[in-house]
Amino acid sequence: MGEMKAADRVTLGLAFLRTMVRIREFEMHARIGYDRGEIPGVVHLSIGQEAVPAGVCANLRRDDYVASTHRGHGHCIAKGADVTAMMAELFGKTTGTCKGKGGSMHIADFSVGMLGANGVVGGGIGIAVGAAQAARLLHKDAISACFFGDGAVNRGPFLEGLNWAAVFNLPVLFICEDNTFSAFTRASDTTAGKGPTARAEAIGVRALSVDGNNVFAVYEAARELVEGIRAGHGPGFLHAPTYRLDGHTVFDKAPYRSNEEVEYHRGDDPVALLESRLHAWGVDGTQLDAIHIEAREEMVRAMEAARKAPSPSEADAFADVQLIGAPR
Amino acid sequence: MTGNVETARAEATTTCTIAEAAREALAEEMRRDPTVWALGEDLAAGGIFGAYKGLAQEFGSERIVSTPISESMIMNVGFGAALAGTRPVVEMRILDFALCAWDELINQIAKARYMFGGQGNVPVVIRMPQGIGRGHQAAQHSQSLEAWLVHTPGLVVLAPATAADEKGMLKSAIRCDDPVAMLEPKALFPTTGEVPAGEHLTPIGVARIAREGSDVTLVTWSTLLPTALVAAEKAHEAGISVEVIDLRSLWPWDREAVMRSVAKTKRAVVAHEAVAVGGFGAEIAASISEELGLRVTRVGAPRIPVAYAPILENTYRVSAERILAAIERSA
Repeated sequence: MGEMKAADRVTLGLAFLRTMVRIREFEMHARIGYDRGEIPGVVHLSIGQEAVPAGVCANLRRDDYVASTHRGHGHCIAKGADVTAMMAELFGKTTGTCKGKGGSMHIADFSVGMLGANGVVGGGIGIAVGAAQAARLLHKDAISACFFGDGAVNRGPFLEGLNWAAVFNLPVLFICEDNTFSAFTRASDTTAGKGPTARAEAIGVRALSVDGNNVFAVYEAARELVEGIRAGHGPGFLHAPTYRLDGHTVFDKAPYRSNEEVEYHRGDDPVALLESRLHAWGVDGTQLDAIHIEAREEMVRAMEAARKAPSPSEADAFADVQLIGAPR
Repeated sequence: MTGNVETARAEATTTCTIAEAAREALAEEMRRDPTVWALGEDLAAGGIFGAYKGLAQEFGSERIVSTPISESMIMNVGFGAALAGTRPVVEMRILDFALCAWDELINQIAKARYMFGGQGNVPVVIRMPQGIGRGHQAAQHSQSLEAWLVHTPGLVVLAPATAADEKGMLKSAIRCDDPVAMLEPKALFPTTGEVPAGEHLTPIGVARIAREGSDVTLVTWSTLLPTALVAAEKAHEAGISVEVIDLRSLWPWDREAVMRSVAKTKRAVVAHEAVAVGGFGAEIAASISEELGLRVTRVGAPRIPVAYAPILENTYRVSAERILAAIERSA
């Protein structure tokens, strides 16, 4: 960031903040919706992890592809998915991104290249690699970005996908959004060796590791990797350690960690870090407040729209199964 | 919707093996549509059954992709590439290896249209040669698992048994906008048959009367078809006229053709190479029973893994004699 002009870094920082605050407000409203019983199903929140999608997706175009995880709201929002349709999906309404059939774990918006959250750890890796292979076959210059967590590095698709992308020199950015916990267990307790970056390097994939709470650092590292990927140098890997401030799901009280530990990590809250930086760069507090207010109002409107939206009918259960061989 | 139009513009036929028919189908579709491509192990070398012979030379390594031995990635790359606008043909080598990619097939591919609310098509064909092959390859290379696939909403399941249907169904599968599980008759790959030259599409969901008869209806598919025809001939010699239905499309399956035949014969036998317990034959039998009130006789393998020693392998195998016995005791 050394060479960036002061005005540019403020503009960029405000853009990151808007994305990150929109993600956070979406998550907080999702939690409210769940607590009130308006959202019927499981939701995995990404509060505390917002810098990773914001920093990465700022390097992506609309026609690039993203594959995500069960904790995918942030990736969807950063890629440009419509939050009104996303919220309606959490409510299980017909106006949802998936007409209420997918819920939080299957939010997708193909119109912005968002190929789906995924209910299976590591499930998005092959999808992203395949989309990149298709882009090449169709002579498009789009790339794929694939988000996954620290747990996925212990699954087979991690090895298979990185090896595949390297062998075929495909335009894929792999992002390990390492939120410290693989569900209820510390990733460090279940992961041997020198970590995700070393594994990627062992496969011959260019890898960088950055502070996943520092959105500028994420952005710069992702930019460097994306430039190489777009230039045809093959896949890149970004390890972004961060911290999941909420439980694994909305009903996980996370008794496996201490309150002191969580409070300690609140000191590294990526939104607060960015705001203090912007403040130091002379951005007015009211300008920051305005971003929060705008995002909050947007999510309140999204919740209101979701409440009013029609629920699916029983007949809808039989729609969109397959074109040939309709269900019986 | 494409892939469901019966077409036979061809005037001439050629004789070729099932493997050659498959190769011809894929080559024709790749020439017709530049978004069709294939990925799997050893494809540049022609594939283990020769079904890809020469295709890498014609279409290049970007469309005939020889992959790492990474089944889950082969399957999921096919999925992602289908979402991103291409029509991949995923080669699993044999069905048994697809079990390494079952998450990608069952959890991802089959459910994508539904769980994403119909946002996009998943036009991927998954080729899974199944059944006992040649060479006594034992428990992990010999399974017939169509029941698992038919049980999974979202999939079209095809099981051709002849060279003509191998060509016509593979072409229809490639043009289909749903994911298609293509269960190819592994043991029959080297057998020859008449194939219409040029454009030939077998419609999905339409059974074929392989032999007309009037006393008993015998429903079968895939590798067991030749055995069923032998049994029907033996029954004929014993004075029983058997109508053999090659179901060939397992989902959707041609209820109308089956019911029409059974309504005529009033006797039905269902025979398949797969284990009888929980097999797809049970679904056909139950459907006939529910619709026509008839008792149906099932023939399938015992619920044991396929063994190596020929005598043990044969214990698993459904023979013409077993089918004949079922025909004789059906009533």
